[in-house]
Amino acid sequence: MPQGNNGVAIHADNVSRHYQMGAALIRAVDDVSLSVGTGEFLALLGSSGSGKSTLLNLLAGLDRPTTGAIVVRGRNLAEMDTHELARYRSLTVGMVFQAFNLLPRMTLEENVELPLRLAEVDRADRAARVREALEHVHLEKRLAHRPSELSGGEQQRAALARALVNRPTILLADEPTGNLDSVTGEEIMLLLKNFNQSMGMTIVMVTHERPLAERFAHRIATVADGKLISVTAKSGDGAQS
Amino acid sequence: MKIGDLTELAIRNLREAILRNSLTTLGVAVGVASLVAMLSLGVGLQQFASQRLANSGLFNAIFVSSRYNTGDYERRSRQNQPADSTPARPLDESARREIAGLSNVNEAYPEIRFMTEIRYNEKSYPTMVAGMPDSARTDGAFDGMQGKFFSSPGADEAILQIEFAKELSAQPSALIGKDLVLRYAERQALTAQSGKAAQSSAGNNESSGSGGFSVVPREKKLRIVGIISTEPEGGFGAVGRSRVFIPLAVAETLSATQVNDLRDVLNGSSKTSSYASLTVRVKSPTQVPQVEAAIKNMGFTTFSLLDTTRNLRLFFTVIDLLLGIFGSLALAVATLGIVNTLVMAILERRREIGVFKALGADDRDIRRLFFAEAGVMGLVGGIGGVALGWLIGKGVTLGTNIYLSRQNLPSVNISAVPLWLALGAIAFAIVVSLAAGMYPASRAAHLNPVEALRYE
Repeated sequence: MPQGNNGVAIHADNVSRHYQMGAALIRAVDDVSLSVGTGEFLALLGSSGSGKSTLLNLLAGLDRPTTGAIVVRGRNLAEMDTHELARYRSLTVGMVFQAFNLLPRMTLEENVELPLRLAEVDRADRAARVREALEHVHLEKRLAHRPSELSGGEQQRAALARALVNRPTILLADEPTGNLDSVTGEEIMLLLKNFNQSMGMTIVMVTHERPLAERFAHRIATVADGKLISVTAKSGDGAQS
Repeated sequence: MKIGDLTELAIRNLREAILRNSLTTLGVAVGVASLVAMLSLGVGLQQFASQRLANSGLFNAIFVSSRYNTGDYERRSRQNQPADSTPARPLDESARREIAGLSNVNEAYPEIRFMTEIRYNEKSYPTMVAGMPDSARTDGAFDGMQGKFFSSPGADEAILQIEFAKELSAQPSALIGKDLVLRYAERQALTAQSGKAAQSSAGNNESSGSGGFSVVPREKKLRIVGIISTEPEGGFGAVGRSRVFIPLAVAETLSATQVNDLRDVLNGSSKTSSYASLTVRVKSPTQVPQVEAAIKNMGFTTFSLLDTTRNLRLFFTVIDLLLGIFGSLALAVATLGIVNTLVMAILERRREIGVFKALGADDRDIRRLFFAEAGVMGLVGGIGGVALGWLIGKGVTLGTNIYLSRQNLPSVNISAVPLWLALGAIAFAIVVSLAAGMYPASRAAHLNPVEALRYE
């Protein structure tokens, strides 16, 4: 874990997320405690329905825990109001999804510009920021294309550029290679690794592919039935469970 | 999100579902058009009525008479009002000048009307003649007349009222350019000698102040220059309606005997000529009360139609209100279209809303985005509606005028879209659209981002 000791980027403390579905109580995330170091690449591994995406949504501030605390940069997300959470999602974290979630009606440039609009970045600075983000993912020549004109890998790279454009310190990726073939998935993983190493970006990636996680992540947190089963560090790093 | 970005995104979103949003906007436009058309007719009719009444010279006019007139005494008695403590004054030339000098008074001119006999084509026609001030040329009182107004304030010319013209000729318009002869009774002041003789013969040995006057028949040749279908003075302030109009300056030079001359003889004030009444033109109807009070303080009796204008305004305000309510019904229906369109947009853009939130939009941004979309529909619908309403009003006016022309009546303008109505209708459309957008905007803002992102 080369950069994981610089400090804690995210700390989840006894976090639970329960849903009431009729008479049944669904424990999507159940009493999870986890720390992610600054500059660390952590993989959340688990099968479908294990609760890993719910945990990622809690870390992203898209959802609120039923109990517990998620502390990022000294602030508990559970105590933030909706506006503060929106600012957190805008400036501190970037997100990529399995389904890319690019807006089909917008060009690549407009898609990548959207977070800058939401963060109220000056119009004069936006073009350069968009170009810079697209250069990171090698799509600077596809500015005027719509998502439907791009391949799956290109769409995910565009989604990465959109996640990077506000220069967040944390990148949260939900099955970023889930909709891609292995070669394209490899390209995306290499890009993520590059961001992690060259920019020191903290990355939390949800995946159900153990080989991918073992190859690229510093640590692997395994989730099953909403519980954190184990946290395994790569070669030589300590393991916690 | 900044307003510029918000508006840009709202317009982009509206363009994406262009047919549906255009139809919704058209619904707003039709609603606004209905409102504007109704109110434009209300406003137009009000302006038409006000202008016609203003042209009659009634609403910015004060009719002034002397308290020597018995009519004033009788009026006060009927109303159980105490007599004014200000001493009565004769309504003579010095009083006219004093009144004309009051602030906010445009002009004060004597009302000169007298009985006459018109000789035309070897026949005699008894009627009343009135002197018209030169200001009548521009105050709209003679708008729509056949022929033209007097060529100069002292021209020996006459304008005939249409009914009188019909008595003179079966083809009234053929009278223009023809001459007629005015036979009237000239008032000639008696010399002191003749006055004394007159008094002596009447057995009056007390008075030596009143000279009296004699009446001499005279004739004046006048050229007919115009024919008017209405009576400019509305028949106020004098006995009977005048049917022949001559320049006021000409009427004054004639020194024709008027009703008040007899009164002056009876009350011993016939040494100096006085007027039966004055017409005072005030700059605006709102200044009438102030000027009227000042004239009363000078010792004269006044009369104006200000209360009538107030009632007229009240009447048209109620009419406008009712028309506005009926016109708003279509707009109310159109707002349901906005609600429907935006709710549909939420369903279609659920995932997009989730992405917006994941990228940093807060509830306020989403709410404002939907508000902006509703507002843009309101703005575009409002502008289109004002244009459409204006066209409807013009169409109604055109149809009315075609009907009127077939009835040989002058054309009228019964619709008007003043700036306040246009801007007010657009603002109203925006406000109503924003109100219609409140529920969808709130619903969109409160979407759970996690659920929205899962939505297929």
